[in-house]
Amino acid sequence: MKWIKAFFKALSRPSKAAVGIVLALGFFGGIMFWGAFNTGMELTNTEEFCAGCHQPIVKEIQSTIHYSNRSGVRAICSDCHVPHNWTDKMVRKVQASKEVFAHIMGTISTEEKFQARRKHLAEREWHRLKENDSLECRNCHEFEYMDFTEQGPRSVAQHSTALADGDKTCVDCHKGIAHRLPDMAGVEGWQ
Amino acid sequence: MTKTLFAVLFASFAIGQVTADEYVTNGGLSSLRGSTELNQEAQPPTMPSVIEQDTTYPNAYIFQPPLIPHDIRNYEMSLNANKCMSCHSWKNAPASRATKVSVTHYLGRDGEVLADVSPRRYFCLQCHVLQVDAPALVDNQFEPVESLR
Repeated sequence: MKWIKAFFKALSRPSKAAVGIVLALGFFGGIMFWGAFNTGMELTNTEEFCAGCHQPIVKEIQSTIHYSNRSGVRAICSDCHVPHNWTDKMVRKVQASKEVFAHIMGTISTEEKFQARRKHLAEREWHRLKENDSLECRNCHEFEYMDFTEQGPRSVAQHSTALADGDKTCVDCHKGIAHRLPDMAGVEGWQ
Repeated sequence: MTKTLFAVLFASFAIGQVTADEYVTNGGLSSLRGSTELNQEAQPPTMPSVIEQDTTYPNAYIFQPPLIPHDIRNYEMSLNANKCMSCHSWKNAPASRATKVSVTHYLGRDGEVLADVSPRRYFCLQCHVLQVDAPALVDNQFEPVESLR
């Protein structure tokens, strides 16, 4: 009790140290804190971290083109599921605290529970990507840079019309590109 | 005495092994394995690439399941989803300008007309297959009938 009081007293009293030292301490302390914060944040963006809870889903991506392909460029979980822009990323990370709660409660702790909830989870992600105009896709697949002469006839037909008009966004057609799909009955454009 | 006996036995066994390996030979005859020796593994051929085109393949005979003229990598076909039907179903075909699935797919096994694709026709790849850019494995002299040529 006594030392807590002393600590607060020390905080509220002007320091005897020179302003330069206080500023320098603050400056370097700031760098250390920012570095640690960002490193911690990046740690929660690694495939290993995601696989800690979402192991079966992480396995699903391995046969898809976002994991194994001719050019060796790979997209990991966070490339699609976490916004790259800093402020958006912070918002998403705070939202993710709710998902930590779900993990503690064991909402999808078994394969059966996961399958039962799969459609709900998928719909949430589709909705998020629909709302931000598939921003995470566009971080790599920018429409402006697409060369239609390099695309297959089927791709050109869709991309030069609906996508170019802004009528549709990537996720409207490209669902299940990195995961197995939930029951697609009633989803627009399917079956 | 016993020690030397064991040594001799062991030595003859080891020599026997070596000679057995040496005698693996197909005598220059090739089988379904090719001319690869039994104790060796052949280099597998490289994976051929899928032929992509915007036209359909001509049919070789009446009632042939039409061939798939495009890549279908990662198109899910499961209890949950059938990716083919998001272009080829009667509902989606006009918009995607893809070939509609044949009306035969909407018939039950006794010829009764169903509201949707019959479950026995659900797995498209059971009959419809891709074409890859590879030489034929066996020579084929099949000729389509006159009306399809």
